Amino acid sequence: MNILVFVKRVPDTESKIRIHHETKTVVEEGLNFIISPNDEFAVEEALRLREAKGGQVTVVSVGPEEALTTLRKALAMGADEAVLLKDGVKEAYDPLRVARVIAAFVRTKHPAADLLLFGRMSVWADNSAVPAMTAELLGLPQASVVTKLSVEGGAGTAWREVEGAVEKIAFSLPAVISAQKGLNEPRYETLKGIMAAKKKTIPVIPVADLGLAPEETAPQVEVAGLETPASKQAGKMMPAGTPEEAAAALVAALRNEAKVI
Amino acid sequence: MILTFIETRDGKVKKSSLEALSEAKRRAGEMGLQTAAVLVGPAGDEAASDLSKYGPARVTHLESPALAAYSAQGFARALADLVKETSPQAVFFAGTAMGRDLAPRLAARLGVSLAADCTKVAVRDGRLVFTRPIYAGKALLTLTLKSLPAVASLRPNVFPLLEPEPSAAEVVRREAAVPEEEVKGRVVEVVREKGDTVDVAEADIIISGGRGMKGPENFALLQDLAALLPRAAVGASRSAVDSGWIGHAHQVGQTGKTVSPTLYFAFGISGAIQHLAGMSSSKVIVAVNKDPEAPIFKVADYGVVGDLFAVIPALKAELKKALSE
Repeated sequence: MNILVFVKRVPDTESKIRIHHETKTVVEEGLNFIISPNDEFAVEEALRLREAKGGQVTVVSVGPEEALTTLRKALAMGADEAVLLKDGVKEAYDPLRVARVIAAFVRTKHPAADLLLFGRMSVWADNSAVPAMTAELLGLPQASVVTKLSVEGGAGTAWREVEGAVEKIAFSLPAVISAQKGLNEPRYETLKGIMAAKKKTIPVIPVADLGLAPEETAPQVEVAGLETPASKQAGKMMPAGTPEEAAAALVAALRNEAKVI
Repeated sequence: MILTFIETRDGKVKKSSLEALSEAKRRAGEMGLQTAAVLVGPAGDEAASDLSKYGPARVTHLESPALAAYSAQGFARALADLVKETSPQAVFFAGTAMGRDLAPRLAARLGVSLAADCTKVAVRDGRLVFTRPIYAGKALLTLTLKSLPAVASLRPNVFPLLEPEPSAAEVVRREAAVPEEEVKGRVVEVVREKGDTVDVAEADIIISGGRGMKGPENFALLQDLAALLPRAAVGASRSAVDSGWIGHAHQVGQTGKTVSPTLYFAFGISGAIQHLAGMSSSKVIVAVNKDPEAPIFKVADYGVVGDLFAVIPALKAELKKALSE
């Protein structure tokens, strides 16, 4: 199987976000960057499929030069190859633009890919849109937020989470899958893997070299504002007393003051 | 015109779709536009009449054998054809699992971008302006979309419903031209979770537990509380989920679900930044924790410092009493 996995470099989930108000951008200095947590499930699933069925796993990232570190992490987990689609545009919060870059890459460099794996959502732009958009641009079926996947011959089955239920999706290959927590338990890199990953050459393809027209990669999202949410006022503490007194005071407040029950 | 995609379950229109349709009506009013609604695939006549109470000028019901089961590919194709024919200025979706799956696919088919999971929509200089949380709510992004139609998904439980009014929308049923062979993946089975559970993403009230719950067996206490309250669901912090105490579908936070219920209870949750990011937009937050210094108290509207195993039974008794009055 020829599997492509798309990963994104994002700020650590423990990060405090600061905003540069003039440029309406996030202050990147001092932030620790990691592979987007959901993408690790996608890498792990690709490795497991390769181990079961043979083939090749290529990890791909659209981003700045620094995303090479993110790709090395996936190589250290066991991916065979990595490619950086180097993008001079900073986070534009525009999923169509990224999907067009990925679709152009797949069409020109990996037209025989069987499976395109993504994390269900980056923990940065939170769009959860690039997998579905890529699937549409390439005319492929999609299954998103997948917690179980099986592939046999030229077809597959995916189980995806919806509100209060699980949907079972049958699809033909090639297909686009986005991975959700629960799909697997991502492995840690081994020392051997880390050493091997360091030695690998990662080809860098500038986004401009993918044959897209300039208007296709011009961001369609216009950022009008970026702010941190207003911090909440400290709330009311229930008076110290017995649990029964605290519970009575709380229910009275929820009923008479907040009017939510 | 603003078009809203309507999702049904078991033939009934989902509340979050009515929220999106209500918001479409409010913004369309400001822009001097009408609204329309679209149903795709199997849906009863009842659905169309429910919708007309929320003021759309037209309800279009697209049907085709290829749309009998949900597929993002088939549904997006049918919707794109309708959009090309009717040229709406915007297309709204509820930000449900289906909306988050389908809206981007439609947008890509139309060659436009997307505003996903919006929590606010405004009109400025005749254009729609969307606000959406990023980094799971650690920042708020306000954006406009440069190309039309503006495709957006709206977070459930955020936008108020309009007061339903008797009104007669034009209902149009039509066959969508979706070739069966073009749909290469579709839903073949839906397995419902046991019981009549509400998902955390759709719940009005969320009762969450963290490390302080001490073990999987104690989540039954939270289930009991949830059973007392209408549209309530049990949530959990990442550490409770990672300890295997409860399924990850219940996880609230940056790597779980971002929620905005009317009322959020945090039992034994200290309030790690990645948890706070996922729930701090809840309308009213109640925290119960042994540690008076726990960061959760900084975002809580009401706090109780104490042993949750003593507070929960007392709270259950008080709630029963209050709800029976």
